[in-house]
Amino acid sequence: MTNRYIKEYRDDSLSRKIIDGIKATSKKKIKLMEVCGTHTVSIFRSGIRSVLPENISLLSGPGCPVCVTDQREIDIFIQLSKRDDVIVATFGDLMKVPGTDSSLIKERANGKDIRIVYSAMDAVEIAKKTPDKNVVFFGVGFETTAPTIAASILTAEKEGIKNFYVFSAHKLVPPALNALMNMDGVNIDGFILPGHVSVVIGTNAYRQFFNEFRIPCAIAGFEPADILQGILALIEQIESQKPYLVNTYKRVVSSDGNKKAMQIMLDVFDITDASWRGIGLIPESGLRIKEKFKEYNAEEKFVFSIPASQPIKGCECGKILTGLITPPECPLYKKTCTPEDPVGPCMVSTEGTCAAFYRYSS
Amino acid sequence: MCIAIPSKIIKIDGNSMATIDVEGAKRTASLLLLDDAEVGDYVIVHAGFAINKVNEEEALKTIEILRKTVSMMKTASDEKP
Repeated sequence: MTNRYIKEYRDDSLSRKIIDGIKATSKKKIKLMEVCGTHTVSIFRSGIRSVLPENISLLSGPGCPVCVTDQREIDIFIQLSKRDDVIVATFGDLMKVPGTDSSLIKERANGKDIRIVYSAMDAVEIAKKTPDKNVVFFGVGFETTAPTIAASILTAEKEGIKNFYVFSAHKLVPPALNALMNMDGVNIDGFILPGHVSVVIGTNAYRQFFNEFRIPCAIAGFEPADILQGILALIEQIESQKPYLVNTYKRVVSSDGNKKAMQIMLDVFDITDASWRGIGLIPESGLRIKEKFKEYNAEEKFVFSIPASQPIKGCECGKILTGLITPPECPLYKKTCTPEDPVGPCMVSTEGTCAAFYRYSS
Repeated sequence: MCIAIPSKIIKIDGNSMATIDVEGAKRTASLLLLDDAEVGDYVIVHAGFAINKVNEEEALKTIEILRKTVSMMKTASDEKP
């Protein structure tokens, strides 16, 4: 049975009225950016782009975790998967991401033990059942995912599991927003802020960013009416020239976020500098496993020898996920790069801008 | 990928694991990231963990405000020549 939280927000007549509101309010030619892969997919799937007035452009920012993962990190994952003493556990969308010379899916075809899991806890279970192998989980994701992986490390510690490791490639959203605003050529009039990252970090986590740049910001949920409500809130701010940081997803996002989840994340991880595809090194935008938990850190356990990772030739994912160009402007798009045979990560992940464009644009 | 659908907790076992109902489908989710959760609560689930409860009061308030706001806007746009 559909619960009422969904039913109300999927009401077409409500969405139509918000669209009317947007059309009545919006005058300026503007670019709005969402920074969340689930927003990307929801915007395309619901057809929001086609119903907005032409003066509003929607861009997809660095909100797809797989897409922003640095090439070197991808290469490390692939190198780890080649080891005979390792079982790799990963979320499914990393499987096809091309490394410099291979991918996880190719390594699995070569007979390597690579398992797709739904949760980091599943990887802990695999470790428990196969004590003679080292189980390495690839920690990819933002503040929504990082606490779940921290909780899996705490569970492994509590249960005395000694063969479970995490390679942390986690990224943090607010520092990326800062970095984007400071990039040459990036020109954004307002941000649709991610729904479930905000569930964890809370509205106040964007305060410093907002105070520095005074750019309209709206936290939004994922139903069409939620996203449209976020867009309407941004347009009102832009047209009145009164920027705010607003939360339009109050049914799950609070000012302080989920304090317990944040505490667990910061108990296990230290904040560190991190490299992002398309943006480069961003200070204090990643998470490293604390010294206290080093026995679970794949970087402590294994030695990597990664030759210089090569950027994917011709791939414009970096420019696409910073909103500098759209997928059709990439020379590979739809030619050599398709969801069936992707060249770059933005086409690999279902949340990637290129994959969404390919699937939903005529 | 975030799952936007609130899930209803239908059972909790001693190990902070819950059985949840996602629009008719049964799954499990860890409650380790929540301070408190009870059978009957609606939660947002991400990668096998409940990450927050849905605030019913706010959910209903948002709908009400939204309906009121857009109906005012509609009136305003209708009035324009």
